Amino acid sequence: MSSGILIIGELTNGAPSSTTLEALLVGRALAASISNEPVALLLAGAGAAGAAPTAIAHGADVVYTAEDAPLAEGAHDALVVAAAVAAKQADPRFVVGSKTVVGRDVMPRVAFRLGTALAQDCTSLAVDGQGRLLATRPVYGGNAEATLACLGTPAVAALRPKAVEAGEPDASRSGEVVALAEAIDASVVRARSVQRVEQQATGMRLEDAPVIVSGGRGLGGPEPFAQLEALATMLGGAVGASRAACDAGWLPSSYQVGLTGKTVSPDLYIAIGISGATNIWRAAATRVLS
Amino acid sequence: MTLKIVVAAKQVIDPETPLSAFQIDANRVSTPANLPPVVNGFDEQAVEAALRIKEAVGDATVTVLSMGTDFALDVIKKPLAMGADEIVLLQDPAFVNSEDPTLPVTILVAAIRKLGDVDLVIAGRQASDWDNAQVPMGIAEVLDWPIATFAQKVEATDGTVRVERVLPDGHEVVEATLPAVVTVSNELGSPRYPNMRGIMASRRVQPLIWTAADLGVDPTLLAPAFELISLVKPESTVKTEMITGEDDEDAGRKLALALRAVRLV
Repeated sequence: MSSGILIIGELTNGAPSSTTLEALLVGRALAASISNEPVALLLAGAGAAGAAPTAIAHGADVVYTAEDAPLAEGAHDALVVAAAVAAKQADPRFVVGSKTVVGRDVMPRVAFRLGTALAQDCTSLAVDGQGRLLATRPVYGGNAEATLACLGTPAVAALRPKAVEAGEPDASRSGEVVALAEAIDASVVRARSVQRVEQQATGMRLEDAPVIVSGGRGLGGPEPFAQLEALATMLGGAVGASRAACDAGWLPSSYQVGLTGKTVSPDLYIAIGISGATNIWRAAATRVLS
Repeated sequence: MTLKIVVAAKQVIDPETPLSAFQIDANRVSTPANLPPVVNGFDEQAVEAALRIKEAVGDATVTVLSMGTDFALDVIKKPLAMGADEIVLLQDPAFVNSEDPTLPVTILVAAIRKLGDVDLVIAGRQASDWDNAQVPMGIAEVLDWPIATFAQKVEATDGTVRVERVLPDGHEVVEATLPAVVTVSNELGSPRYPNMRGIMASRRVQPLIWTAADLGVDPTLLAPAFELISLVKPESTVKTEMITGEDDEDAGRKLALALRAVRLV
């Protein structure tokens, strides 16, 4: 009989990532609705065992750890296999991950490998009266919000990063650290990373910017973006642009924000010369001023 | 040997549809009839990626697959006008666009198998309606093919696909042996505009249509992943405060002070 929750965690510099701590908080809340069934966590990668105590303090009852070479190298193929092994070991009702750079690649595959589909980009998760996972997620670019009952066994969901704030650690919590039951061999890696190219950072990345000053069609041409740049620099943020502005060739598409461009979650978004479309921000944890 | 490329493209409601024209009735989205649908933006970029590969390798074909209940032919034929070789519409009253990626994954896999000898499947990173961002991954899992996601560049030579995968701080080069699945991201660049010759040529093409029966799939037998409980326009929690001043400069100053008061600057 399936029981409990399995969280697919990630490691950042040998510690559970912020999204992993967020997922643990959500996992504990879900567990409270299903008679405190266990919250298990997969930590796969370099430093997994060392990160386990922090994860336990944040709500994990069991931590499955694996540090096999392909996992330490960050191969997504290896993480998909590790997640499937952990799901076999934990036999959970629910599997929860995060829609991070890794999770957006890995979680859909985990869901299909476990015989279901992924409740993607969830802003909240709950359990209904029949014990089903209820996933709430923005769709249609934030124009609508869907609530889905997940029917898979297990149900699989990915949380939107920053949808909740991670909880405080409780050092008195105890938990179990268990090695993943199967070794993850290099042969599982079929999409091989052969080269990594770091981009010369030109100012702040849009995705990380706490402040975004965005311009659209209403600016009438590329020239006013210089002023937006000055304002963004002053506010410690980055410049963005609407699809219309990028389509017009005023700025490269790497500046494009929103549905067809970059997904961002600034604290402050200033839209200048952009009509409508603020619905894109409706679903984000963002205060909108335009 | 001819490189056989399949592009999965979805017809969606125009993501630029104003919120006021966006209606939800009985958990279904509708837009006014005078707002035509579009090919999902990322899928147009998938077509572009396929055409660039074809130009680079020469001996290649590009087949577009699109699943739905009904199509606006002049819209869905755009990939042909761009230069794709053929389009197969996977069209059946049962092929309803829904929150559940299970059906499109099953149908597209059946179509890829029916085409046979496919080397490379390319799709956009997500569709602008349900934003599920997982049908390509599902296809790769079911076919047990390798997948490289979020590509800004795709090359396919000598039985290998080579992808520049977008990362927050740059990119990584990922290689996989064909057959494989690739998803493309907006960093790939703008899809080409169809030229007049392409448009004229596409007008003469009647798309192939494959139904559920043609594909040997009974959609009613699929186990759904989700039950849609509700689909609503989110409660608007937007609070608008107009800030005015004696002149623009004064209003700007007051806005800056208001932002500072809530610690946003």
